[in-house]
This record gives sequence, C-alpha cells and structure tokens, in this order.
Amino acid sequence: MYRTKFSDHLVLILGSLFLCMPVVVAFMTSTHTAADIHMNGLSLAWGDNFIATYEKVLTQKGGFTGDITGARMVMNSLILGVGFAIGKILLSMMAAYAIVYFRFPMATLSFWVIFTTLLLPLEVRIMPSYQVMSDLGLLNTYSGLIVPLLASATGTFYFRQFFKSVPEELLEAARIDGAGPFKFFIDILVPISRTMIAAIFIIMFVYGWNQYLWPMMMTTDESFFTLMRGIKSILQVWVGSNIPDYNEAFALAVLAMLPPVAIVVIFQSWFIKGLTESDK
Amino acid sequence: MAYTTSQPQPGGFLSRLGFGGKARSRKTAVAAEEMKRVQFTSPVLPYLFLFPQLAVIFIFFYWPSVQAVSSSFYLEDPFGFGSTFVGLSNYTDVIFSSEYQSIALFTAVFTVLVTFLSLSLGLLLAVKADRVIRGASTYKTLLIAIYAIAAPVSGLIGMMIFDQHVGPFVKMMSYFGWHMQVGLNYYDTAFAMTVVAVWKQIPYNFIFFLSGLQNVPVSVREAAMIDCRSGMRRFWTVILPLLAPTAFFLLTINVTYALFDTFGIIDVMVKDKPANNPVTLVYKVYADGFRGNDIGGSSAQSVILMIVVFVLTIFQFRFIERRVHYN
Repeated sequence: MYRTKFSDHLVLILGSLFLCMPVVVAFMTSTHTAADIHMNGLSLAWGDNFIATYEKVLTQKGGFTGDITGARMVMNSLILGVGFAIGKILLSMMAAYAIVYFRFPMATLSFWVIFTTLLLPLEVRIMPSYQVMSDLGLLNTYSGLIVPLLASATGTFYFRQFFKSVPEELLEAARIDGAGPFKFFIDILVPISRTMIAAIFIIMFVYGWNQYLWPMMMTTDESFFTLMRGIKSILQVWVGSNIPDYNEAFALAVLAMLPPVAIVVIFQSWFIKGLTESDK
Repeated sequence: MAYTTSQPQPGGFLSRLGFGGKARSRKTAVAAEEMKRVQFTSPVLPYLFLFPQLAVIFIFFYWPSVQAVSSSFYLEDPFGFGSTFVGLSNYTDVIFSSEYQSIALFTAVFTVLVTFLSLSLGLLLAVKADRVIRGASTYKTLLIAIYAIAAPVSGLIGMMIFDQHVGPFVKMMSYFGWHMQVGLNYYDTAFAMTVVAVWKQIPYNFIFFLSGLQNVPVSVREAAMIDCRSGMRRFWTVILPLLAPTAFFLLTINVTYALFDTFGIIDVMVKDKPANNPVTLVYKVYADGFRGNDIGGSSAQSVILMIVVFVLTIFQFRFIERRVHYN
C-alpha cells in the first residue's frame, strides 16, 4: 500500500495553518487593547484584556442612537437563526407531506412551483423584494427579517427526500389501524423524522445566523440589528477614526463565528457521513 | 460501472445553503422518481398543508421576481411620481456603459480565479488527507472548521490581515517592496478579496473531494497500483476521471459562490467606497438599486443575472442527463 511521505504532512499542515490561523489570530488579537494592537499589530499571544473587551462589546451601548448593545445583537441573531429554522421546518414538513403522501391533481404543479425558487438567489431580486416588504409595512420587524427568507425550497426537498425513503408498510399498517392523515403525520411521521428535523434545524440555524444582505436592507432601526449587521456598522464608524477599535471589531467577529465553527466541529462526523452516505 | 453511483450528484441550487446537510438533497434534483403506492386522497387537506409554503413563495418570491422583470422596462421617476415605459433602454444603457463592462470583466476574472484556486487547493488537500493515517481526523477537523463562517465575517478578518497599519500580510510584503494599500489600490483590493473568497471556499471543496476520493473502491486503487508505478500518473489517469462528476458538480457550485455568495466579503472589504475599488455584478445591482435609487437599471441588471443563473442551471441539468446516460 501507499506509504505516507513527509511532504503529505507538510501540505496538510500548511493548509491547516492557512485556513485556521486567521481565526486564531482574530481571537487572540481580540484579547488585547486597541492601543496595543495599533502599536504592535495583530497578535498570536493571549492578551490581558479579554474580559474587558468582551464585556464592553456585549454591554456597552453604541451605534448612532446609542441603544444597541452587543448582547442585543447576539439575541437578534439568535432570534433570526432559531425563528428561521423553526419556520422552515414547519412549512417544509407540511408541504413535503402534502406532496409525498397525497394524491391530488396539482401535485406535480405545486412541486415545480416550489422547485423553481431554487433557481433565483435572493441577491438577484434584492430591490423588488425590498419594495414588497416596505409595501407590506414589514421593514424593521422580526417577521420581516424571517418570513421572506422562508421562500425557498431547500427544506421542502430534504423532507420530501426523507419521506420518500420511509417504508410504505408504515402507512399501510397505520391505515389498517384506522389512522387518518393528521394522526399519521403527528403520531408516526414526525417522531420518525426526529433525527432529520434535528439535522435540518442545525443547518437552517447557521444559515439564518449567517444572513447578511437581507438584514442589512430590512433593518434601519438599530434595535433589530443582528451581529452581521453590526459588523457593517462597526466598519462605518471605523473609517476616519484615529485608533480604530480593532479589538472590538475582532471580538464581534469572534462572537459572530462562534456558533458556526462550534457546530461544524462538534457535528463534523455527522455531516461528513451525511455527505458520503447520502446516495446509498 | 456500479461505483459511479456513489459519487456526489449535481444538486442545483439546493447546495447554495452553505452547510453540510445539502448532501441529502443532492439527488432530489432528479425530479422524476416513483410515487408512493399508498397515498391519502382528500379534496382539501393537501392544499391546506401546502398553503403556508406556497403563500410565502408567491408573496416573497414570484411577486418580486415578476416585478424585477417588469420594472426593468420602466424608468422610475426619481421623486416617486409614476414611471414611464422605456422598452429595452435600461438594458442598452447598462450593457453599453463602460463602468458596467469593466465590472463584468472583473466579475469574470474574479469568478475564474476563485473557482480555479479553491477547487485546486481543495483537491490537493483532499488527496493528501486521503493518504495520511496518523493525524487524519485532526487534519480533517482543522480543514473544515471554518466551513460555515459567514462571508462578512471572513471579509472582516481579511480586512484586518490586509490592514495598512496592523495587517501582518502587508508588513510581510513590505519587506519585498510591495506596499499594499487595500481599499485604495484597485489591484491590491482585488488581490485581498480573491484570497479571502478562496480561503472561505476551500473547506467546502475539500469535503466533497475527500468524500469522492473515499468512494473510490479499494479494488480499483489496488488494480491501478499494479498497473502503474507512478503516483502522479495514477492520479491523472485513474483517480481524477473517477472524481470528474464531483468536480463538475463543484464547478457550478463554485461559480455561483463567486458570483453571489461573495457579496458579504466584497461589501465589507470595500467599506462603502466602491468608487475606485473592484466590485462584482451583484454588488452593483445592490449599489445602483439601493443606494443610487436607479430601480430600472438595477432591475435590468437583476434580469441579466437571472439569465446567467438560468444558463448555469441548464448547464447543470445537461450534465445530469449525461450522467444518467452513462449509467
């Protein structure tokens, strides 16, 4: 068999460094003071300002109106992530249930109507989407942040695929026992989809947490700012200041990337397996 | 060739999700599959279950999309008093403007560079990670850890690394006589953007290439080993062709990534000063429509991008066809 060479490890070590160093540097630098960073540059060593910086970022009121704290932004990001994930699961499970388990004339048409949404990313219909939202009076609301993002088919497809793999005998048996559509859905299908629901929840949470363009357009009221939106505004303050708050910007970045990185690292075996076994 | 079925299949824009579970959906793009034999029949219930999803899709997807197309033929009054039908003039204005052309050119170059670099680096790392035994899981964790970091966050980190005062990369380069001015110098900014965009996309390609490699059966590898002593040649003639479906799938995904998902990186790195900085077409749609209030022009650009997306999708579907044909 193949014998591992030193160069293989060298490439992997360099690759890992290239990918991970920026994140480590971001974290380490965030523990120094702004003046320290300004003088000595980014740092790889632990500073002594960790608690002060993060406390300031999380609790100090800032922004133009002076009533938005980092903690508030974390909460808004959580609301967006969790709300989006729950909404997505509810809508897409129901839609997939109708498409897979019912025989009705519009089934194929509905499928394609939903499927088409995969073709156009939000980025190419920004302006009209914004206008629709302002017509509906949904700017600066949580529903305005969350609901429009639900207009895509991803979740529906995951569940459709999963429902198709559920053995037919289950429905046959349930029907013999006299279960109707609601009972079958709630008492049988939802419980056996638990793992799938958990998986989709995590994926959708990160997707919602990471949203940038949509919150940026939808929210002008700072009390609705998410972390991603906060990054944008910290940069705007930055331009033109003498000693930029590097440490605070980095702390904000660390807060914003903590959940995605933690989830990927913790669930990595789960989703790599998902990748490799999905076609079997 | 039975084992080709275990290669990742092209999955359309499902995979624009930005996270791992997309794998499950990859074969859903093949729409014609057998129905369940046993089904419920009910005149109302299926519509009831479908209603919430369809309502959201119609209000927030179809309506805006139709509006994008229709307002691309109108010139909006800047003060909001109605609009006039101007036919294709929004399109001709856009296409013949030299600014748009140079942005289109940058977008094309950026897309090619990001796609090529992140694919090849992802493949290189996957090939190496597939070989090593000691430390394999540590490498894997390190190489995918940044997978789900949002684009604007990577843009922010990139800005610090390339910052003029504190950025370590800039300091390092100044020893070689390259005085980078990201945000001021067009090419320096373009360089920094490309590096950040590639950085963020490598883990994605790595995961798919690695799973593709691990699906190559041991028997095939051993047979290749007997036939051919040169590792390089074995890779080019046996392993790479087997990875071709994965690579094609990743190609479209990476192109859409570079075109659309890099918006956050670009928006953060140009710091609201797009004037002399490189931007992509999506950024221009946003800037013209949202900042410049040029609804008609922005919509025309949206429609042009929609056409690009459609072409990409057709490309992808044709590819699926070919694969089905092979099997």
